[in-house]
Amino acid sequence: MENAVLTPESGTAAARTRKKRLRSVQGWCWLFIAPNLIFYAMFQGWPIVINWYYALHDWSGLSSDIQYVGLQNFKDIIHDMYFWKAYANSFKFMLGSVPLLLLLALFIALVLNNPKLRGATVYRTLYFIPVVTTASIVGIIMVYIWGSDGAVNFLLTSAGILKTPVNWLGDANWAMFTVIIIYVWKNLGMNMIYWLAGLQTVPRELYEAARVDGANSLRTFIYITVPQIAPIGLVILLLNIAGSLKVFDLIKTMTEGGPFYATDVVSTYIYRYAFSSEMGLPRMGYASAAGIFFAFTIVLIAILQAWINGRINKSGKGGRIS
Amino acid sequence: MSTVRVKSFGSRAKSIPGMLLHVLLIAIAFIWIYPFLWMISASFKSQDEFFSKGLSLIPSSLDFSNFARAWDAGHFDRYFLNSIVITTAVILIVLFITSTCGYALGRYAFKGKRLVVTVLAASMFVPLEFSIIPIFELIKRLGLMNSLSGIILAESGGGHIVFVLLFAGFFRQVPKELEEAAIMDGCGFLRTFIHIMLPLSKPIVGSAVIMQFIWTWNSFLLPLVLTLSNPDLRTLAVGLYALRGENIVDWTGIAAGGTIALVPIIVVFLLLQRYFVDGMAGAVKG
Repeated sequence: MENAVLTPESGTAAARTRKKRLRSVQGWCWLFIAPNLIFYAMFQGWPIVINWYYALHDWSGLSSDIQYVGLQNFKDIIHDMYFWKAYANSFKFMLGSVPLLLLLALFIALVLNNPKLRGATVYRTLYFIPVVTTASIVGIIMVYIWGSDGAVNFLLTSAGILKTPVNWLGDANWAMFTVIIIYVWKNLGMNMIYWLAGLQTVPRELYEAARVDGANSLRTFIYITVPQIAPIGLVILLLNIAGSLKVFDLIKTMTEGGPFYATDVVSTYIYRYAFSSEMGLPRMGYASAAGIFFAFTIVLIAILQAWINGRINKSGKGGRIS
Repeated sequence: MSTVRVKSFGSRAKSIPGMLLHVLLIAIAFIWIYPFLWMISASFKSQDEFFSKGLSLIPSSLDFSNFARAWDAGHFDRYFLNSIVITTAVILIVLFITSTCGYALGRYAFKGKRLVVTVLAASMFVPLEFSIIPIFELIKRLGLMNSLSGIILAESGGGHIVFVLLFAGFFRQVPKELEEAAIMDGCGFLRTFIHIMLPLSKPIVGSAVIMQFIWTWNSFLLPLVLTLSNPDLRTLAVGLYALRGENIVDWTGIAAGGTIALVPIIVVFLLLQRYFVDGMAGAVKG
């Protein structure tokens, strides 16, 4: 319908409609961005603002029951040894899982990146399956598999490594180790894909040049591959640090933070105070304060990492300021 | 790439290190999928068989009573439906809000664009446990605590920066001629988007659909918290946790519930994995 009006227009009229169109484009752009921004504001922006309000109040979740307490929640947190236990556990979990995850995934990615390897796509698919499955359900299944009748104990006792079955998730000495191993198992595939994406950015000519120069595969890896994939490696590291610090589903379903708080991390700690009935009345304000406290730590790590990142870039590229 | 592989058929497998490598890779693959094999086989075992041969991976008979028990007594019929309704609705909402946002950001220069990108990107650093209490309160205040729409809204929230960037990157590359032709034909901003641009972006839509499907289907903390007062709204991810809380020793029933929850997502992944893997790889490269 409209093209009948538009096509026979003269030059100046076309320029005018063009101008009008440009102005309306601005409006359309904002209209197109608005839905996403509204969802963002409701579920990401608003929580950041209102969390501070909650953190300054003693509050069980019922609106009539709210009382201003100033910084008391923060003071309580600093004096709660269970919070510090959960805080330390979060970092133990991160330090235990991230290096293992990155190195194992890099190794697998290097092997699978060989175009001559038969069945590489099949291996890739199989290693990736745990990533797409529901963590809370996998956690429950793992309770049996790592339990006293499960496959892990069967394997280790029949191989003679263990004399009696170990209660992996129920033993306070082993629970953190077990949770870390299961987390690594669950997320290896994703990191493998990240590394493979990184390896595929390395130009083939570089490898060929190295081969011509007579470099063996170890030297090629150290002098060609590592510097080329280092920038993506930093992104992967950051993603993993953030991911491991917010682990919840696996721990909640496998150990509930136990035994004796051995696997209690900040997310399960917050959940216990805000939503669980085992602590009596919920303490929403206190839990919010714990969240803020922990989020600050994460932001600090992000800043530190950005700073390190900047320094590496600087030293690597001859003082270029990025 | 596949032709290269076919050509080198046999050349590598003959060498002993090559054989050992494959043995290692197969062993890892077995460990990686063993829990699922165990779960599926346990869900077909009778209680007696489970206690005598709990570790065997091939059940002696196909006993469907575990599925019936999980489906009826465990309320997995309802949880399954809830999971499907929530996941479908969230995918549609997220597709709508991210494709429009990515289109405007990728294709047009307008005032405040930089700010929008920065604000959206900042969301990557906000962990869910930090915002879970405010989201819980927000849904309660909106009066959506006792309906699936509360969970759907909350699950659709967030910045979706990955999808927005994928869409923006795609729409940026579409040649200008296409758009000019559409304008000549009298398409306005909206119609150009719906009739010309959106159909072109099928690969991104595919990645977004499968990634969001997997995230929403697997989501645990949000539905857990939002269904605390109303078990009828539970999703599969929350349902199995609840089932185990009620009946700690019924492992064949738990395995059947796990199979009901996980098999759909594994099948969807196997069918559409290209989209998912491309999306993930694009996210880290971008």
